[in-house]
Amino acid sequence: MKKHLMALAAITAVGTAVLAYLFLTKQITPARASSQAHDVDRLFSVLFAIASFFLVLCLGGLVYSLIFFRRRKGDESDGPAMFGHAPLEVTWTLVPLAIVIVLAIIGAFVLQSVTAAPKEELDVRVSAFQFGWQFNYPNEGLQTNELRLPIGQPVRFTLTSRDVIHDFWVPEFRIKEDAVPGMETTLRITPDRLGDYWALCNELCGIGHAYMRAPVKVVTQEQYRSWIEGLKKEKGS
Amino acid sequence: MRNPGINVLSIGLVRAVPAGLAAVAAGVGLAVLIRRAVGAPGWNPGPVLAVGTLTGILAYMVALGAFNYWVRWILAGKRPEEAETKTDLPRWARYFSFDLDHKVIGVQYLVTALIMLLFGVTLGFLMRYELTSPGRTIMGPNMYNHIMSLHGINQIAMILIGVSGLMNFLLPLMLGARDMPFPRLNAFSYWLLPPAGALLFASLPAGGFDTGWTVYPPLSVQAPLGMQFMILAVYLVGLSSILGGINFLTLVFKGRAPGMSLFRMPIFGWASMATSLLQMTFTQFIGMSFLMVLLERLVGMAFFVPSSGGNVVLYQHLFWFYSHPAVYVFVLPGFGIISEIIPVFSRKPIFGYAAVGLSSLGIAIGGSLVWAHHMFAAGMEPWLRIPIMITTVLVAVPTGVKVFAWISTMWMGKIRLETPMLFASTAIAVFLIGGLTGVPLGIVPADLYVTDTYYIVGHFHHTMFGGFVFPLMAAIYYWFPKVTGRFMNERLGRVHWAIMTTGFFTTFLPFFWLGLNGLRRRVYDYDPSDPFQTLNIVSTVGAGLLVTSFFLVAINIITSAIWGLRAGANPWRAKTLEWQVASPAPDENFETPPRVVDTPYGYGRPGSVHAIMSTGGAEGDN
Ligand code: HEM
Ligand SMILES: [Cu+2]
Repeated sequence: MKKHLMALAAITAVGTAVLAYLFLTKQITPARASSQAHDVDRLFSVLFAIASFFLVLCLGGLVYSLIFFRRRKGDESDGPAMFGHAPLEVTWTLVPLAIVIVLAIIGAFVLQSVTAAPKEELDVRVSAFQFGWQFNYPNEGLQTNELRLPIGQPVRFTLTSRDVIHDFWVPEFRIKEDAVPGMETTLRITPDRLGDYWALCNELCGIGHAYMRAPVKVVTQEQYRSWIEGLKKEKGS
Repeated sequence: MRNPGINVLSIGLVRAVPAGLAAVAAGVGLAVLIRRAVGAPGWNPGPVLAVGTLTGILAYMVALGAFNYWVRWILAGKRPEEAETKTDLPRWARYFSFDLDHKVIGVQYLVTALIMLLFGVTLGFLMRYELTSPGRTIMGPNMYNHIMSLHGINQIAMILIGVSGLMNFLLPLMLGARDMPFPRLNAFSYWLLPPAGALLFASLPAGGFDTGWTVYPPLSVQAPLGMQFMILAVYLVGLSSILGGINFLTLVFKGRAPGMSLFRMPIFGWASMATSLLQMTFTQFIGMSFLMVLLERLVGMAFFVPSSGGNVVLYQHLFWFYSHPAVYVFVLPGFGIISEIIPVFSRKPIFGYAAVGLSSLGIAIGGSLVWAHHMFAAGMEPWLRIPIMITTVLVAVPTGVKVFAWISTMWMGKIRLETPMLFASTAIAVFLIGGLTGVPLGIVPADLYVTDTYYIVGHFHHTMFGGFVFPLMAAIYYWFPKVTGRFMNERLGRVHWAIMTTGFFTTFLPFFWLGLNGLRRRVYDYDPSDPFQTLNIVSTVGAGLLVTSFFLVAINIITSAIWGLRAGANPWRAKTLEWQVASPAPDENFETPPRVVDTPYGYGRPGSVHAIMSTGGAEGDN
């Protein structure tokens, strides 16, 4: 009995260490292009590292039993009459309880951080339709079909839809929000990596759903200003 | 067995199908006439076919004989006296008739579920095949959306039907009862399902529906006519589910054999109690929300579509009130099955009986308070996210209790790795992955990333295969002798297990990576520049194996029912009541009610018996 428990403990320790190390050090997600992305990825690493422990413990116990606690051929007798073990049962109720509560608290803080409203926000209104996007920069009086955002500038997206439900998602920014007809929803993103991305629709909206996307460019402040000025000139002429 | 002298009209289905079809035509005709009479254009497929469907179902049920007894009762003013389940039909014909025996009904349910399972996984394979290359592979985007949506709702209906089948066949036997408390209601619940299945099949030729199984408006209000077929089908399945819930709950509380206190029930009894409680309480919400969508489609009532004054988020709340608790309906009976099979094949008592039994109720109650975790990104009240996050992760606790208990039951046991045990232990591993990947979905900021991606699709296929499909297979191999008096073919069973397990992990493990890397859920296509193709191909190869494995078990069932090795009353040396009677289980179940004296899990305790059977019956081992 002791021997087997020690073996399982060793398997769990080694397996958890390896898996947790991988989850905490390897990136299994696309590029991180917003401050929110860093928070979300760190949260995932922690969640997966903790899950590794339970995965290895349970899978280890299962496979170990299937290998080492097999019936000998011809042995028709029963195993030991172990009906339960109260301290053990209390432990495996209370420890996971404590862990999930801690996780929920961490989750609440991260949620707070990824939805926090900074002072100087760039307002962008997003209007979704079957099957495309329109972006509105109200402070500039401009409407576009592509999204350009200055790096490091917190943005507040105000989303709505003209027909069915859509969802605004740039995977590199991580978090998403539905664009709902008849109401406005809010999504806050601070882009922090230059590059070209896609804004995808992430709520089934009909035949063109897979192709409903718009280009997103994260650019420097200067590039952003000159893009805006260019558009204004175009509009004026 | 086949009796050429039998009058085919005495078989219910032979009367019901033509009557139903004729009544559809009559209903359609009537609706057209009425529309003409009030000056509307006669032909409008939505409302006209809705009337036809309703008249068809009614006539079908009448011709089947579903109302005979009740009508006779009303006409005579007093309860007709006749033997409850007396029938002159040969055994095979009873399966096609309005039969009252719970074992016949259980098999009817299970066979229906298996047919739907085969249909559903074939659709799943078609979807996977489409995704092996960017652009069009075998179908267009419209067909893809229709197949995806049909796959989803077909599988969900399949699970609800399979769950009822398992509870129907097993619960009265396990609890030492003669039959269900309301046998006519029980048959009635089953016979609502064939028309539901027919409507689902017909939804595709009727134009399909492209909303996924969730039917979110406004999309569902605009969807083609197939949507209406699907809504009516789900309505029938839901009604059946509610009626079944009433029956099972009554059985658990009022139908147990003398001496069987709640805490001497097999764990499957607790699982069924929790399941039925959820079915009875929450199914009405999906019925209502779908009905409202139907009315909005047919007569323009403004419930959900904002342009006519409705609210789309309202629909999502109503829908998930049911549909989240429903996912526990999918998995709790499977947990019950695992809890029955593991002790028998480990020769050890279930570890921590009370905790395992009560955790089913814990999951049911906790699971009722988490519906809005499907809506974290859907424009719900921001502050509501926090309490829902907490209730969601709390449900992990009773679920964990079960997993720990199963593994502790196997620990130090004397394990026999026959097919039921192979499937039951694989179910634990699969569910474990499903459960652990579910925790990030409860943590709001993590969910905001992966919700509506393939990560979710991977998660819920793991929970549904681990919580239902693998346990169902375990149950088939384990209880087949009690249904037919024969064993399933063990060697084919092992091949089936190996292919199904390999196929499953090859299909669904890649989904987690795909989702984390941005492959959206419910998409027909992806960009050639996306890093998705390799794993999509791997997954499709797995899906091919997986589908093959389901056809293997179908072959095994059919051939074993005819040629399988004969099984004795209690081939697995189990202690629960169903194994203390002959195989196949006799018509009357128990000659006299058994007297329960101890736990059904007294393995390793010398001389422990669960119940004292009256004379006759079957002796313990053979
Ligand atoms: C060979 C087996 C199967 C394969 C290859 C398969 C494949 C798929 C695929 C590709 C999707 C669409 C994912 C998406 O784009 O959103 C899907 C959705 C789904 N599947 Fe399966 N599946 C299989 C078996 C099952 C089973 C057995 C169940 C139920 C127990 C099930 C339940 C569902 C549900 C509920 C959906 C969601 C549909 C929706 O989004 O509305 N599947 N499946
Ligand atoms: Cu869209």
